[in-house]
Amino acid sequence: MLSIKNLHASIEDKPILRGLDLEVKPGEVHAIMGPNGSGKSTLSYVLAGKDDYEVTEGSATLDGQDLFALAADERAAAGLFLAFQYPLEIPGVATMTFLKAAVNAQRRARGEGDLPTPQFMKLVREKADGLGISSDMLKRGLNVGFSGGEKKRNEILQMALLEPKLCVLDETDSGLDIDALKVVSEGVNALRAKDRAFVVITHYQRLLDHIAPDVVHVMAKGRIVRTGGPELAHELEARGYADYVGEAAA
Amino acid sequence: MNAEVRSIRTAAETALSEIFASAFAGLPGDAAVAERRRTAFDAFKTAGLPSRRVEDWKYTDLRALMRDAKPVAGAPDGVMIAAARGALAPYAAIDATRVTFVNGRFVEELSDLATAEGVSVTLLKDTLATGAGVEALSDGVSPVGNVAVALNTAFVADGVVVSVAPGVTASRPLHVANIQAGSEHAAYGRVVARVGEGGNVLLIESHIGDAGAHQTNSVVTLDVADGARAELVKIQDESLDTLHLATLAVRLGAKAELKTFALAAGARAARQQIYVSFTGDASTAEIRGAGFAGASRHLDTTLVVEHDAVGCASREHFKTALDGEARSVFQGKIVVKPGAQKTDGKMMAQALLLSEAAEADAKPELEIFADDVVCGHGATVGALDDELLFYLKSRGIPQKEAEALMVQAFVGEVIETIEHEGLRELVTHRALAWLTART
Repeated sequence: MLSIKNLHASIEDKPILRGLDLEVKPGEVHAIMGPNGSGKSTLSYVLAGKDDYEVTEGSATLDGQDLFALAADERAAAGLFLAFQYPLEIPGVATMTFLKAAVNAQRRARGEGDLPTPQFMKLVREKADGLGISSDMLKRGLNVGFSGGEKKRNEILQMALLEPKLCVLDETDSGLDIDALKVVSEGVNALRAKDRAFVVITHYQRLLDHIAPDVVHVMAKGRIVRTGGPELAHELEARGYADYVGEAAA
Repeated sequence: MNAEVRSIRTAAETALSEIFASAFAGLPGDAAVAERRRTAFDAFKTAGLPSRRVEDWKYTDLRALMRDAKPVAGAPDGVMIAAARGALAPYAAIDATRVTFVNGRFVEELSDLATAEGVSVTLLKDTLATGAGVEALSDGVSPVGNVAVALNTAFVADGVVVSVAPGVTASRPLHVANIQAGSEHAAYGRVVARVGEGGNVLLIESHIGDAGAHQTNSVVTLDVADGARAELVKIQDESLDTLHLATLAVRLGAKAELKTFALAAGARAARQQIYVSFTGDASTAEIRGAGFAGASRHLDTTLVVEHDAVGCASREHFKTALDGEARSVFQGKIVVKPGAQKTDGKMMAQALLLSEAAEADAKPELEIFADDVVCGHGATVGALDDELLFYLKSRGIPQKEAEALMVQAFVGEVIETIEHEGLRELVTHRALAWLTART
């Protein structure tokens, strides 16, 4: 589904990703763990199409489609979803308005008509209820006055509505207490499907207690330096990243 | 004070003199009103059209913007009235006492004069013919010496005089609709409103034009007595070839409340002047506005809030989105007179530039002569935030649509303060139409 080959990317001429390879198959959950500064968030932004980054070498395809040939909104329409580490606040754009704009934009990109408003409202209510998102929150400006946990739940709500093929979760656990972590994880687990894949980026193992990965990767200095099963996450939790920082530096 | 006599007149100034000379005899009003008009026009003649050398007009050079003077419009014909009826359609859902002027002339068939109890509405031309005429044209609220006001006083043929009785909350808003139809003319309108002690009213003022190179000049004076409240929503949607000059002058008594919102959506060049004077203690004013312009349009908001009483609070917030080579001007001044202690004044002007060539000029000023006050002002000029745009795009929303959402959010902050739901929707709709037209 997602195929990244020898990816090099830099920001302001500073190389961050240095030859990253990653293959994710439908239905799989891949965890990418690594120390701060290893390039985890850069990977998510580069995939999503943020302008600040320059891809200098390599390729990334989603179901064979060249992601780098598409603008950010086209990548989303092609089925890529990035759950932000720090979801942005947009005062004045009601959450509901934003959700509707996103859902309909993607429908239009697929050549489908807009979803009729009553049907859309029903769909949102359904998904929002499961995530404990109140109708009051949906009326408020996007993420405005939302707690850290509410913002992350809102990300999962968007994911649920947009039904992407590939979900990239960038440090979704950061800033979450244990209860919020549970709600968010349950939201993610509910979306697991045989034709949908996840790339879960995290610094800590605790998120992986809730979202069980099939494959765990260790990222350091802009590359995947080790790949293993779920047990790798536990090993990292016990021993830290010191080995990998050293290994990549050496 | 300044008796500089200019011997060289511009074409527009000469034409205005000629138009005034020929129109004068036919303008409504008694002898005192005629005298008032003559004095006003003489004041204009002495000063002339202000150029950028006049500080108050530095960023809006009226002499350059007004190359000629359009003739005063005649009575509208059937085609014009039909066009006006269409222009009023978006207001159909808003229940209001409606006084409609087409090309500056009252049109009864497009009006609904049924007033709420305790509210009286009279046509200005009728008031001008009575002994109260001079008072209506010079009620002490309008700033003296302002060229736009002087021209309005000299030429105004009709308008509305409204009075809300003490203690009365008007159950229906009053809508004054000004519609321009035809190819090119000048139209002058005036609203003289008084809200008695403890009274409460919502005034709606709209200026609509589809096409045509018109010159419109509107003056609204609003006297809000002690304990009274007035809300004014103005929608300026003139044709894109129109020169629109507008003045709002408000005098607030004690424990009075003012809330105004002005939308600037149309006109080739528009200047909205707002003068608010606190004359009684413990009153509040919220003065807001939103504007958007593209091409080489010019939007000016000039604001003076004068605190001359104790414990009054004012909030001023204006937002403008500019595209193409459009330009916005914000001149805002809060004056705190000696003794106006415990004044709380905050002013903010924000412009969003959607193109490289758009320009926003902001000149906020504070003049404080009391020592126990809290006053502040701010001005921001900037482009759309790329981080926020990326967030929207990452959800599949295309660039232009993402920009539209952001601009909507930007102006939405002030639009949302309009309390009347129908008006809020109307203004939101207008903003959306502009945004859609850009994409």
